[in-house]
Formats: sequence, structure tokens, C-alpha cells
Amino acid sequence: MILRVQQTAETVVAEAQAGAFEPILLGLIVLLPLIGFAINGVAAILAARTAERRRWSSSSHHGGSEGEADEYSNETHSVMDAEPTGVVPWTHRLPSLVAPGVMLLAFALAVANLFGMMGVELEEPIVRTYWSWIPVGELQVEAALQLDQLSLLMTLVVTGVGALIHLFSVGYMSHDPGYPRYMAYLNLFVFFMLVLVLGASFPVMFVGWEGVGLCSYLLIGFWFSEKANADAGKKAFIVNRIGDFGFLIAMLLIFVDLGALGYVEVFERAPQLDYAGPVVTAICLFLFLGAVGKSAQIPLYVWLPDAMAGPTPVSALIHAATMVTAGVYLVVRASTLFAMAPAASLLVALVGAVTALFAATIGLKQWDIKKVLAYSTISQLGFMFAAVGMGAYVAGVFHLMTHAFFKACLFLGSGAVIHALHEAMHATHSHADAQDMRNMGGLRRYLPITFATMAIATLAIAGVAPFAGFFSKDEIVGAAWIGSAGELPLSQASLFGVGGGTWMGMIAILLSIAAFLTAFYMGRLMLYTFFGPNRTGEAERQHLHEVGWTMSVPLIVLAVMSTIGGFFNVDSLVPIVNLFSPFAFGGDAALHNWLHPVIIGAEEVWASNTAAIPEVHHASWPILLAILVGVAGLVLAAVVLKPQLLGTPEETPAYEGNLEKVLYNKWYVDELYQRIVVRPVWGLSRAFYSVVDRGTIDGIIDGVLGRGAMLLGLSAGRVQTGQVNTYAFIIIVGVIVVLGSIVVM
Amino acid sequence: MLSQILFYFFAGVAIVSALMTVTRRNPVASALWLVGTFFALAAIYTLLGAFFIGIIQILVYAGAIMVLFLFVIMLLNLGNDFEPDFRGTVWKVMAAGSALVLLALLVRVVGGTESLLVATGGVDLVAAQVAEYGVVGAIGVPMFLDYVVPLQVTGLLLLVAVVGAVVLAKRDV
Amino acid sequence: MLPLNAALFLSAILFAIGTAGVVVRRNAIILFMCIELMLNAANLAFVALSPYAGIDGQVIVFFVIAVAAAEAAVGLAIIIAVFRHAESVDIRNFSLLRW
Repeated sequence: MILRVQQTAETVVAEAQAGAFEPILLGLIVLLPLIGFAINGVAAILAARTAERRRWSSSSHHGGSEGEADEYSNETHSVMDAEPTGVVPWTHRLPSLVAPGVMLLAFALAVANLFGMMGVELEEPIVRTYWSWIPVGELQVEAALQLDQLSLLMTLVVTGVGALIHLFSVGYMSHDPGYPRYMAYLNLFVFFMLVLVLGASFPVMFVGWEGVGLCSYLLIGFWFSEKANADAGKKAFIVNRIGDFGFLIAMLLIFVDLGALGYVEVFERAPQLDYAGPVVTAICLFLFLGAVGKSAQIPLYVWLPDAMAGPTPVSALIHAATMVTAGVYLVVRASTLFAMAPAASLLVALVGAVTALFAATIGLKQWDIKKVLAYSTISQLGFMFAAVGMGAYVAGVFHLMTHAFFKACLFLGSGAVIHALHEAMHATHSHADAQDMRNMGGLRRYLPITFATMAIATLAIAGVAPFAGFFSKDEIVGAAWIGSAGELPLSQASLFGVGGGTWMGMIAILLSIAAFLTAFYMGRLMLYTFFGPNRTGEAERQHLHEVGWTMSVPLIVLAVMSTIGGFFNVDSLVPIVNLFSPFAFGGDAALHNWLHPVIIGAEEVWASNTAAIPEVHHASWPILLAILVGVAGLVLAAVVLKPQLLGTPEETPAYEGNLEKVLYNKWYVDELYQRIVVRPVWGLSRAFYSVVDRGTIDGIIDGVLGRGAMLLGLSAGRVQTGQVNTYAFIIIVGVIVVLGSIVVM
Repeated sequence: MLSQILFYFFAGVAIVSALMTVTRRNPVASALWLVGTFFALAAIYTLLGAFFIGIIQILVYAGAIMVLFLFVIMLLNLGNDFEPDFRGTVWKVMAAGSALVLLALLVRVVGGTESLLVATGGVDLVAAQVAEYGVVGAIGVPMFLDYVVPLQVTGLLLLVAVVGAVVLAKRDV
Repeated sequence: MLPLNAALFLSAILFAIGTAGVVVRRNAIILFMCIELMLNAANLAFVALSPYAGIDGQVIVFFVIAVAAAEAAVGLAIIIAVFRHAESVDIRNFSLLRW
């Protein structure tokens, strides 16, 4: 009860300080996608029923349904399978309006809130409590939403990029028999994602966390009639369980040690813990385990490449722009805690940097266009973790935002390419792999808009100025160099006995190499896809054409955002970058100023626990180096790779030489996990099955209890002689016992 | 005084007749001894003031039911003492033992009843009823007012019993 | 007024004799007669208590006699049916329903 009173009091204070700003229909932002889910879900159920009935009637009339559209057909067949009747049923028309519609409305509300918040200097988060969710003794969890600068930024990204991807999905998926189901899942995903970013406490965030995991599973296995797709969904789900375990343990530790789970209370009380003590370090490490699972970092990244089995817009929304960045969001949200645990922070940064480099190497030798982008995503997430681990929280969020733009653009562009190839191959009944870059080539002549937008996004991810990725990636690598010079608070920390400055120098080198490789494999992707001769096939070439407006408009918007997204955070103190200051939106270092109230807790922790930090000195050589690696990677790709010499998959082997073989096989990590995790678990399960279950438990049940019951029954059956006299005697004995007990008592 | 002497006399007759009923090998003898028990009980009912029940006891039990028993015994030609009828000695001892234990317990249970009832007043309720309604009316009035549903159900039961007995005893159904 | 305890004791004695008979005899008809004896013992208790507890006891005795008549009719019919089948009224012939 005391906690509750305190909490209420704090909420009142927070609201009083918020002053003029009132959030506009905060609950409705979250609710809109859920409404969309309900409508599309009903449409999906009705569509599935209709399809079932049609299959029944057609099989009874025609004695077979070979040409029928299968409700759960896979991508190879689904995209072009028009409705047999030629008339699009309402269940396939309604989601085209509802799903992007609710997203646009939610985005509009988020923008309205943004304008409202820009007008006031909001220092404390606004917490809206709707009802008491778990009131158990000292554990008081409210169903509450929290609006502050960070959650609003995430909401804008989720609803904005989400709306574009929903629009893209209309063009990409509307011919799929499962289209309403797809849109229902997508809306549900956005709902859970908004719960995740807007929740005001760790348990509410956990609801969203698990919900997006569920939707991810459902959408990866969307074409579940193919076993590989269903397996990929399961893999994602199971690997994420490991991370969720960490998140849960972290929550329990937070509650035990701080007595609260709401953000406001937790971060208020967090400085009471021992700085760099075991408790806060354990909390942060377990939180990071959760983030590693959700954001696909070493060692739990293996699910993300397999998740490409889902439809491409899903890869763009869930597995590039939003859900996988939840781990970064978690670390930034808990920045006060991570600031208390410098060793854990350094580990976060190190894992991120190693992941960035490791995934980038694998991306060098993949032929599946989506696999390249998947490893690229893992690599870029590594950049974000490196940033937030080094305490450069704003840089991490900045990269999260720009990455959402250019990676969504890249994924949607690859989706457009795959869609075009599909239609072409479907028209000629070819069974070639529409995702293999060896089947592409020269596509810029056929898909000019897609090429242009993807080229912009590639320049952005490679870090070429002045595209978005240049600013955000430069800020991360720059922060690492600054840290190595001892000018970040974490430079004073140490991990495994090595100083933070040294670690950050290594991180800077790792990230620079990763940035170089990023530019190289993205250049490779563009060259093989859009340049050189076309390898799709003579007949197929006639059918290649640009995608429709629903798909090109999101591409163009995202390309524009990839171009200008970096201007949200131009720091005039940094040399070379400050050349772009005249174009900066919202003033100098706008994002830094915007997010400052969110990370002020971390800064206070550092201020009171670390020695004074020398004035940050921005050198110009790290910026030049960053530009150099980006351009060098692209140029090297252009010089070394010869798309005109590349052949189709039949002509070109997947790899030549041992190094390429190792990279193509993803460093054999899946095989390694198979050896050290999956097989031992199988063996253990079999041992438990035969020894414990069959041997011990069944032995006790069958042998002892079962046989005992049988013997008891057989011997007790002897009493039933069939002699009425004996029965009468037993009754009399019973009467004597009852009467006797009465008398005795 | 006379009624007390008569009570103990008929009680003795009832006990002896009951014992003979249980111990006679010949079913006809058992049945006749049971008739004796019923007569003695009818007399005791009369002595206790339950005149109507005493008459019914003789009419229904001693008259109708026991005649039915004797009729069946004769019909099935069981009127002999050759058949092995008693169970073994072990069972005899167990039967006697359980009967004695049961008797002791019953005596112990009912033993305190009189003092209990006398202490609460000991007014003869039946006598008042008899004085008001007569011997038959004392039973008839509550039977047709308070117990009318059980009475009808009993009538139905008798009907079912009649039909059932006919069906069961018929040679070819 | 007759001694209440004496009537109740008589009831208990007759009931015990009836139970002993039920346990020890094998002739189905005699078993029935022992059951009638036990019913009468119960009736005697009802009648003996009715002056103190009300006329209801005698009403119930009337019902018991009616039910006993029905039971005797059906029971004897069953015995006749079994006798036709087994040429005997020995209770050991009635053991087919065990297990």
C-alpha cells in the first residue's frame, strides 16, 4: 500500500510538472492497430471458411482441385494465383483499406503528440494509468502507458515505417490467399510493438516483448505448409525463449532489489544500489541476455537469417526496422541501470562490435538477397549495441532510427525485386530461385524506381555523406574513438582487467572494419542485382516490369528519409559533419537535446560515480576514416567484382576456396549449435525418455501401483462370495461398528 | 399388575418362538413357530394400547403373509427336514457371537430411553388420541391427513408387487 | 403403563435372533422368515415408543406391514422362479451374480 501511495504521488508530481502538455489520445494510438487486427482477423476467418467450402465443392464437382488456389500455398505459387472467379472477394479488399488505414491514423496521432511535445520542455515522463493489472501485496503493476521523448520517437518509427510497410504489403501480398490473415498478424504485431515501447513498466513491456515474439513466429511461418518455414518460425521462437528467460530474471531481480517495476520508481531508486556492484551488474547482464535474444546478437543471432522465410515486408518491418531494435530500446530505457554497471555496459559494447564484424563477414558470401540483408541487419544491430554499450545512447537511438529507414527501404526494394522476378518466373512456369542474386543482374533497366531507391539506401548504409547512415554510424564510431582517448565516462571502467579505453579502441577498429565490409557487401548486392547482363532468362525477361504504386510509394518515401534522416542530429561541434549544419532539422544536435531528459539519469549516475571527464575533443581524422572506409568498400566492390562474368546458379558454384566455403556456410555456427546444444538435448531427452519415463515412472506405475491394484482387487474380490449370508454378516458387522462407535462416543 | 404378568408371559412366548423359528430344520415348523411369535407380538401390541396394530398384525401377518409362506412351502414340497440347511459350526459361532454383540449394543442404546422420556413428561399421547377419535380413528386421521402421499405410494407399491409376483411366478412369460 | 425398557429389550432380542438366523440358515424361505422377524422387532420398538412420541409410530408400523406384504409376495415369487430353475431353494444356488 505504501508503495502505491508513493507511486500515485509521484505520478501527480510528474503530471504537474508536465504543465501544459497533455498527450492526445495516447491510448488510441495503441488501440488502433488492435482494432485493425480484430477486423482483419474476422475477415481472415471468413476467407478461410470460404476457401474451405470452395475446395470441398470443387473437389466434389470436378473430382480434384489441382489448379485451385491453395489457402496456404507458398510464395512460389501464391503471388500470381488470382482468384479463380476473377472477382476479388470483400475479405481481400477490406484489409487493403483497414490495415494501412489504422496505421496512418496511429501515425497521425503520434505526429500530433510530437507537435504537442515540441512546444513544451518536458522533463518528466507522462504516465497514464488505465487500470491496476497485478495488485499483489507489495507488487503493484499498473496497466499504464508512458509517453516521453524516447517512447514517442519509437512510436513515430513504428507507426511511420509500419504504415509504409503496410501499404507496401497491399501490393505485395494482396493476391495471396491468406492475405487477410497476413494483415491481421501485421496489425497485431504493431499493437504489441506499441505496447512494448509505450509501456510504463517492465511487465507491460514484457507483454509487448512476448507479443511481438508471437507475431514474429506467426509471420515467419506464414506459409507454414512448407516445413522449412514452419521450422524457421519455431527456431525464432525457441531461441527467443532463452533471451526472455534473461528478461524475466532481470525483472525479478529488479523487483527484489528495488521493490518496484515501473520505470519512474525503478530509475529513481536505482542510484541507491552499489555502483558497479554485483546486483546491478547481474540485472544488466540478464537484461542484456533478453536484448541479445530479441535483437539477434552473438550468440543468439541464428534465428534471424532463418526468419527470412517469412514474407519480405515482414522481414522489413519486424526483422529489420522495429522488433529487433527492441533490445536497443531496452538498453536505452534502462540506461540508468546500465550506467550503474560499467562492466556490463562494456560487455554490451563488445558483444555488439564483435557481432557487427562477424555478421558482416558472413554477409560477404551469401547469394540469397534477403540473407545478405539479414546479416546486414545483425551487423547494424551490433553497431547500435556498441553505441549504447559505450554510453552513447543517443547515437544508438539515432542509428536505430536511420537504420529503420534505409534497411526497411532495402528490404522493401529486395521485396520488389523478388516480386518482379516471381511474376516473370510464374508467367513462364520457371522454377528458378527468385531470391538468388545469380538469377538477377541488370535489373536497373527493368526496375528503375526500385534501383534508384535501393541505391540511395545503399549509400546510406555504407555511410556515404550526406545520407542518413553517415551521420549515425559516424557518431557511433566517433564515440568509440573518443572513448579510446579516455573522454567517455566508461573509459574509466574495466572489463576482464582491461581498461575501458583500450576496449573502446578495439571496438572502434572492429566497427571500422565492419563498416568497410558493410559497404563492400552492399556494393556486391547492388552490382549483382542491378548491373551486368540479365541472367533471369530469355522468356522471363519479357515479363519483368516495375512494381505498382502501392509498392513504389513506400520505397520513395523511405529513400527520401534515408537521404535526409541524418539531418535530425547534426552536431556543429564535430568537424566535417558541421559542414551540413545549415541543413539540420530542429537546430543543432536536435536528437541529443530531444532525448536528453531520457538519459539524464545515466548522466547523473556518471557524474556522481566517475572522475571528472576531460572536455570532449572531436578530431577530424575519425570522420575522414569513416568516409574513407565507406567509399573504399563500395569502390573495391565495383573494381573487384565482375557482374558481367557471373553466371546462373547452375553455372556458378556457391563458393570457391576454403575461406569462401566457411563464409558461405556462416562459419558453421548452426552446425556447431547442432553439435553442442541440439544433439545433447536430444540425447538427454532420449535418455530421460527411456530411463526416467519408461523405466522409472512407468515402472513404478505399471509394476508397483498397477500390479498392486490388480492384486488388491483380486484378493478383495474373494470377499464377494455370492453367498447372501456372508453379505448379511458383513452388513451386521457394519451395523455393530456404527452402533459401537456411537456407544463408545 | 395383570397386564405386566401378561406382558412378560407373551414376551417369553415371543422369544422362545423366535428361537424355535431360527433353529427348526423343517421349514413348516419354522413357519408355524413364527406364527406363534406374531400372535405373541399381537398380544403385546394390544397390551401397549395399539389395538388397531394388534388386529392388523394377526390379520395381515399371521393370517395373510404366513399363509402365503406355508402355501409356497407346500407348493414346492419343501416340508421335510432332509435338506442341509444350516451352515457350518464356524458360522454358527460367528452368527451367535455377532447376534450377542449386537444385542448388547442395542440394549445399551435403548436402555436410557425410558428415563429420558419419563423425565420429559411421560404423558400418554396415544391415549388422548384414542379418547378423541376412537381406536381406528386415532390412526386413520393422521394417515389420511398427514400421510396421504405415502399412503397412495404404498398402494401403488402393492399394485406393482401384485403384478410383479404374477409375472415372476408365471411359467411362461 | 407397561415398562418401556422391557418392550425395547424384547425388540432388541427378537432383532438379534433374526440376524443370527439370516447369517446361519441356507433355506431361502427361512431367510425370508427371519427378515420378517427383524421387521417385527422394529415394529415393536415403534409401537412401544408411540405413547411418548405420538401416534405417528403406529402409522409407520402400518406402512411397514404393507411393504412387508409386498416384499413377501415378490420375494416368494422369485423363490418359485428360482426353484423351477434349480429344483431347490438353497441360497447357494443364488450366487451367479458375484464378480
